[in-house]
Amino acid sequence: MSAWEAAGARLAAGEASLVSLWAEPGAVHLALFEKGELGHLAHDCPTGRFPSLARVHPPALRLERAAQDLCGFIAEGLPDPRPWLIHGAAATPYRFLPVEGENLHEIAVGPVHAGIIEPGHFRFTCDGETVVRVEERLGYVHRGVETLMAGAALPLAAQRAGRMSGDSTVAYALAFALAAEQASGTAPPARAVWLRALMAEIERLANHLGDVGAICNDAAFALMHAHCAILRERVLRASAACFGHRLMMDGVVPGGVARDLSPAGVALLAGLAHEIRAAFAPLARLYDMTASLQDRTVGTGILHPDLARQFAAGGYVGRASGRDFDARRTPGYPPYEQLAFTVPVLREGDVNARIMIRIREIGETLGLIEQILARLPEGPICAAWRQTRGEGMALVEGFRGDVFVWLRLEGETVARCHLRDPSWFQWPLLEAAIKGNIIADFPLCNKSFNCAYAGHDR
Amino acid sequence: MRKTLLQDLFARSLTEPLTRPDSQAVELARALDAAAQRQLGRSLSIRALDAGSCNGCELEMHALSNAFYDLERFGLRFVASPRHADVLMVTGIVTRAMRVALERTDQAIPRPRWVVAVGACARDGGLFAASPQGMGGVGAVLPVDLYIAGCPPSPVDLLAGLLALLQQKT
Ligand code: SF4
Repeated sequence: MSAWEAAGARLAAGEASLVSLWAEPGAVHLALFEKGELGHLAHDCPTGRFPSLARVHPPALRLERAAQDLCGFIAEGLPDPRPWLIHGAAATPYRFLPVEGENLHEIAVGPVHAGIIEPGHFRFTCDGETVVRVEERLGYVHRGVETLMAGAALPLAAQRAGRMSGDSTVAYALAFALAAEQASGTAPPARAVWLRALMAEIERLANHLGDVGAICNDAAFALMHAHCAILRERVLRASAACFGHRLMMDGVVPGGVARDLSPAGVALLAGLAHEIRAAFAPLARLYDMTASLQDRTVGTGILHPDLARQFAAGGYVGRASGRDFDARRTPGYPPYEQLAFTVPVLREGDVNARIMIRIREIGETLGLIEQILARLPEGPICAAWRQTRGEGMALVEGFRGDVFVWLRLEGETVARCHLRDPSWFQWPLLEAAIKGNIIADFPLCNKSFNCAYAGHDR
Repeated sequence: MRKTLLQDLFARSLTEPLTRPDSQAVELARALDAAAQRQLGRSLSIRALDAGSCNGCELEMHALSNAFYDLERFGLRFVASPRHADVLMVTGIVTRAMRVALERTDQAIPRPRWVVAVGACARDGGLFAASPQGMGGVGAVLPVDLYIAGCPPSPVDLLAGLLALLQQKT
């Protein structure tokens, strides 16, 4: 058995979890999380054929379909060889999975949805109001990011990485910078390391605030939405004042950060954290005490812990279903080993649990922001870049879950780069969580997962 | 909940007057049709469409509805159906996979209608202009009336752009 297939066997046995799988001309790559460490394995396949791991480990399925699409490879034995990211290139039209049975009807939704939403297609099969199955079709926002990365200059590549998913721009830019720094052997200065963590926590705070409101809005509780949106806006304005951009795009750069935080900025952010703590506490209570809202969220869209474990679901999706994982803690990256925070975990796996995780994470994140502001080291904010060749990879905890980046550098040029959004292992679980729910609850379940489209589609 | 509602009732309004109605980010791509302007009046219904964005532009479009910007006070609102829309607001590079959906959405909008391209990606593909998966912006597929620049444009820029369609000075 090759090392590739042996890794597949360990994945299937639950001894390792899948982090990513991708291809480049001549080789397929696998990233695994095993015994508390991030590992990488490359399998040469000069003929473009490699043994499918999805045969034994289903979470690899869509990644292998994508590898087939992007590199023209063949995953031998792949249980579902349909294209995934690239539309319209195959000779035959895309076929959804067949459904048979009495009383069943299909509903096709998307790619254009009502509202300001990213594009994706959902094919529902229902028995009356009950969803029997939903099949996702993604790839509508496939921008060919990895193709564009190959051969790009480092600064441009970093900007593109920061636009994989706009809501996670800091997380992506950070994962990209960490991977590039590992490849080149450049060490960012201490102040930059702490400022990066500060930006990452502000991003988490803004997204959690916005989404707690938006999920409640999908249960027709607009009051929460209005209040959370105000708090989110305050965070974005503070980000613009401190880092020059409301979403903090291009704030994290390879080698350090682009802008320093002034003492006035420190005071502004400390005031913001204080204000949000005070304003959010009554909102969290409001959520807890509104029976009509809980009636919608408790017991809805349950994701079983076994599936969360098998798919190594990251972020609040995994943590609401018993998966105690946070990339800030393991494998971990600085400065989090010097900061105190707890990672909330629940087992119920319903919409309510996913909201509760995010409500608690808002508190933890505010605590982190306060600790960072109090202990921010002085010094330079960017290191001189070391020109070398090398490979690097990094796993960073974004608000949605762990963002993975692998790259190969040649001097200041990116030879190859792969970026994996946490949604790759969350989207398939949404299909499982909705089963048996009424179709009217799909928007609520979907929002509670809040998977990325752009980040996933690359 | 009653307490929250009561507090809101007596709280100071957060909504701000528009401070930069003449934003540098706004660029008319062609002269606006005066007849259309008369017909569409002082209120616009907007259909948003993501044709390959990173979702950064969407986040700022969402922000338009928060209490600070309160889009609806200007007679502007986002609608679910293209059949109800006067404006098609497009973000993203226009991926190959979204091209048909974009064209069909546009065809479903009753005439006259305006097309607004939001963000660097929609303008010319932005940082992804070289992508073989993209059309290089909205202009390659539809006639664009207005560009709103930025990556992403701020809510103030977005408001200024939409008000330029109405030529309404605040
Ligand atoms: S213009 Fe910028 S923010 Fe908008 S979609 Fe493009 S990359 Fe994202």
